[in-house]
Amino acid sequence: MFFELTLAEARAGLRRRDFSSRELTSAFNGAIVALNPKLNAFITTTPELALRQADAADAALARGEHGPLTGIPLAIKDLFCTKGIRTTAGSRILEHFVPPYESTVSANLLRDGAVFLGKANLDEFAMGSSNITSAYGPVVSPWTRSGDNRPLVPGGSSGGSAAAVAARLALGATATDTGGSIRQPASFCGITGIKPTYGRCSRWGIVAFASSLDQAGPVARTVEDCAIMLQSMSGFDPKDSTSAEMAVPDFQAACQRGVKGLRIGVPREYRSDDMPPEIETMWQQGLGWLRAQGAEIVDVSLPHTKYGLATYYIVAPAEASSNLARYDGVRFSSRTDGDDLNALYENTRAAGFGAEVKRRIMIGTYVLSAGYYDAYYLRAQKIRALMLKDFTDVFRTVDALVTPTTPSAAFAQGEKMDDPIKMYFNDVFTVPANMSGIPGISVPAGLDAQGLPLGLQVLGRPFDEETVFAVGAAIERAAGFSAMPGMRAGGAA
Amino acid sequence: MSLDPATVRRIARLARIRVEETQLVQLGQELSGILNWIEQLNEVNIEGVEPLTGAANMALRLRPDGVTDGGDVEAVLSNAPDRAGSFYAVPKVVE
Repeated sequence: MFFELTLAEARAGLRRRDFSSRELTSAFNGAIVALNPKLNAFITTTPELALRQADAADAALARGEHGPLTGIPLAIKDLFCTKGIRTTAGSRILEHFVPPYESTVSANLLRDGAVFLGKANLDEFAMGSSNITSAYGPVVSPWTRSGDNRPLVPGGSSGGSAAAVAARLALGATATDTGGSIRQPASFCGITGIKPTYGRCSRWGIVAFASSLDQAGPVARTVEDCAIMLQSMSGFDPKDSTSAEMAVPDFQAACQRGVKGLRIGVPREYRSDDMPPEIETMWQQGLGWLRAQGAEIVDVSLPHTKYGLATYYIVAPAEASSNLARYDGVRFSSRTDGDDLNALYENTRAAGFGAEVKRRIMIGTYVLSAGYYDAYYLRAQKIRALMLKDFTDVFRTVDALVTPTTPSAAFAQGEKMDDPIKMYFNDVFTVPANMSGIPGISVPAGLDAQGLPLGLQVLGRPFDEETVFAVGAAIERAAGFSAMPGMRAGGAA
Repeated sequence: MSLDPATVRRIARLARIRVEETQLVQLGQELSGILNWIEQLNEVNIEGVEPLTGAANMALRLRPDGVTDGGDVEAVLSNAPDRAGSFYAVPKVVE
């Protein structure tokens, strides 16, 4: 019975004392034992810790005290440092790293009473769109194409988080999004995920990938569940110099606002000839739903959209090459010896990083190297300014934008693996929001002909997650998405 | 454009990643593929555009230049692969 509940429903049940957090948590612990060997959604599980946290939650509930998430079992992406619990970032180089501190976002969730089931798998250092690059093995999507049992990717980089939530192994999960790593796996797995505005969630204690793009957010089964989680995760943090010193609005209330009178923009550059017709159909259907609920649909233009990916593949590797310089065999648990200090560095990093991470560090090193900075990084920052201007201009006339989240449904393990650039195109619709810092949500809107989920993305003005939630909830209500993956807790197989 | 083995060797050296001689050609092709794809950005007119350094486009906060944390050697060294007393240990650098 627990596996059918949304986070909001489970929270209401705990507060009514219909069941205890220990019962709820035990059910999820058991489901993880049964299904994680197939899905590989968790790198590390913490069942005893979860039960201790559940008992504390039950004691608080018995006293009539509760926080916003008291007793709610969650998965934590293994990019968030958790005090005393191994944090790998999906990399061999952090295989034995046990942080002596807690990330601000996970500390906020603990403050609000959450229960941590374990650390969710991800692409190595969050670099990927398939979860294939994890040093701890790929995550398998709980979904399969109808009549085809080949394992599919859950998307990435937050693939473990999305697969765990879709398979009902957690009520929600933390995730991070540098180029689409919350929204793309949410879309592939038929769940909801929001990347808030850059600065809304503290980056402190999150293993850094590209610091000017990285932003934390939740994945969960419903828009309202995401609102509840983001409420806890958000807030000003003096330990992150780019954290926004702004009040956090009531996101859950925003889900009920409706879209009557809103102007919704449809960026024409997001339409391409090779887009599968069923994605175009779903997009039109989504716009129809919003029109029926009183929104006005407006065609808009974001002229620099087509340069987003190439710009991203300068900015993100450049910042990654700088951030990942700290993994040198001296401070973070792994070391491969060498004859001198340089050999120690080079051997440690050769042994500890996977192929995609090495590729990106080297691209980043090259574009930042003497003589190339202006041609690559500086040019990319200027194009980034043009992309932000595109959004600033359209948000003078519309309240939100609606687009598909991804250019295709989930693909099979092994597909799109021959050419890195082909893989990069997964993020073509999600990257612009990272480049410009604006919030974006992915909401499941339908299934393709093979029975796989497709998501719609809603983008909003900086720090206007409320409108994003309002539009996302309107799509959710109209879509009535009730499809469930074949592999799930409480399911047949 | 294609990165020659000498350039790949130089990038690997700057990145402090050991790359075997036998991998230089293939790695050069992979990196060139990505860099050539990025060349499309040369067609964008960036005349007079100010660079955007961060997503938020906001000024960083200032704070008093004071100690806010520290004095916890054991926590700091808890993940050190090798240590000597209160210090990280590395192979001898100065003869």
